[in-house]
Amino acid sequence: MIAEDSVLLRIGLVKVVEMAGFEVAAEAGDGQELLAAVEEHRPGLAVVDVRMPPGFTDEGVRAALSIRQKYPETAVLMLSQYVEERYAADLLATNTSGVGYLLKQRVADVEEFIEALRRVAAGGTALDPQVVAQLLVRRSSDPLERLTARERDVLALMAEGRSNAGIAAQLVVSESAVAKHINNILAKLDLPRADADHRRVLAVLRFLGVGG
Amino acid sequence: MTVPPRLRRALVRMRRDIAFIAAGMTLHLLPLALHFWVVVLSLGTALDPDPETPVMLAFTLPLLVVAGWGLTGPQRWRFRALCGVELPRLGFTEAKRQFGYNLLLGPLLGVLEFLLLALLLAALAASSVLVWIWAAPWQWRAGHPGYTTTASYLTVLGLVALAAVPVLATGLVRLEILAGQALLGVSRSDQLARRVEDLTESRAGAVDAADAERRRIERDLHDGAQQRLVSLALNLGLAKATLTDLPPEAREVIDAAHREAKDAIEELNNLVRGLHPAVLDELGLDAALSGLAARAPLPVRLRVELPPGLPQRAAPAVETVAYFVVSEALTNIAKHAREATRADVTVTRLGGILRVVIADDGVGGADPAEGSGLKGLAQRVRSVDGTFRMSSPVGGPTVMNVELPCPM
Repeated sequence: MIAEDSVLLRIGLVKVVEMAGFEVAAEAGDGQELLAAVEEHRPGLAVVDVRMPPGFTDEGVRAALSIRQKYPETAVLMLSQYVEERYAADLLATNTSGVGYLLKQRVADVEEFIEALRRVAAGGTALDPQVVAQLLVRRSSDPLERLTARERDVLALMAEGRSNAGIAAQLVVSESAVAKHINNILAKLDLPRADADHRRVLAVLRFLGVGG
Repeated sequence: MTVPPRLRRALVRMRRDIAFIAAGMTLHLLPLALHFWVVVLSLGTALDPDPETPVMLAFTLPLLVVAGWGLTGPQRWRFRALCGVELPRLGFTEAKRQFGYNLLLGPLLGVLEFLLLALLLAALAASSVLVWIWAAPWQWRAGHPGYTTTASYLTVLGLVALAAVPVLATGLVRLEILAGQALLGVSRSDQLARRVEDLTESRAGAVDAADAERRRIERDLHDGAQQRLVSLALNLGLAKATLTDLPPEAREVIDAAHREAKDAIEELNNLVRGLHPAVLDELGLDAALSGLAARAPLPVRLRVELPPGLPQRAAPAVETVAYFVVSEALTNIAKHAREATRADVTVTRLGGILRVVIADDGVGGADPAEGSGLKGLAQRVRSVDGTFRMSSPVGGPTVMNVELPCPM
């Protein structure tokens, strides 16, 4: 399920989504169409542009919010030219599973994008590093200042929704080192350990003040 | 018979001047007559105490007051209809100027106008004296030998006077207009007040227009170039991912193009965001500023305090200026503030004022007189009647204090 008003980009997105092994049930050009199509096809994943006709402001976000309310089994991946942590916060406020919010240009890195698509469709989270950065700015309260620079990097990657292996690959360290960092972070932030990836994100986001 | 256009224009003009003067004389001599009547009555009361005169005086004096005020209307009409001079509608508060014009200066002008009209009539009579004489009975002519010489002199004199009348009339009309504008026109302070009002309005219009233009450009770029670039980068990414059996040179080229496209998107995004962030319209200052703070190259602590009792949104122009100030200030800090390691941005709403304070921990020494960035900032703040203060002692810290009016 793809909602994007730019036809050019929609064609490209369809290609990538199909490459990831998904079947595209429908395409929509605005929020109304999107809701109707979701109602009809009940897709597993909706890829939604934030700014769509008619108002070109936050139609996509509003459509995504109602999708999450009415059809919780549909995962939503938002795409936007600019990330606004407020939109992400709105989206994450109810439930952090099956949610993604990425910059549009991330689709250019096809492999990473496909990975994010799969993660979100599987009920995980994919947040753009820029969203995470914005969340960290706003909540730069005291406990965060106790973290080391490396731990902050790990926290940011955690908040993006990556697994330990993903974080290890990104930071070019071993997985056990990542696990150690995460333990330290969770200890410093007084968070209990959790098993599933997205619950970990939930915990982080709750600490950041968006997970409600 | 064809009349040359210059002469025709002169004739039309003269007719207009004469009409203006004649109308003025009537209006101006009315108060003069009243003055005269008052003087006569007063003298009469003083010399011969007649029980009726004080009663008549009590009747005439209010009439004079009414004339001093009520004649302004006809005068405005006369100026507009005959000379095209627009005089404002004056309130009763301007009574002093109206009385001065109608009761003091007016009669003097009326006398001048009367003299001019008399001169015109005399000139007409004198210049045509030969005709009158011809019409006179022959016995009179026979009894006055040599009358033709006198009559010729009179004719010449009359013609000279007739030639002088238009010049004098034009002068008198000019004098009248000057006097009318001085006394019945807009006073200088009113004129300035109105001008300030006009300028404020037109400046607000210009600010809004520039704002709307930035929004339009932002929208155009968002719907056009940005989507195309993303689509291009996406296709290059697809090519990279799918065409795995290409020769290494071709892969390198695609790689480079892919990187270039992504960099171009980044640059364009930053540029467009600087124009006008869409989120500012939708979610307001707080949300837009957190985006700014996150993208700044140094850590920024952001506090936005909008008391719940007050309206959460300021006027769009004010929000845009506040956003621009923070954006420029953070850019400046990143570029110029030496040894700055962090910045603090505080936005507070104090009643009808939105205060934006930006501080950094650099070594200071910034001078608003230098550098177009700070000057541009100050100008932008002034465009919405805000105040811009900056303190940057050598050794730091630099604190920028901006207050923007936002009426409740």
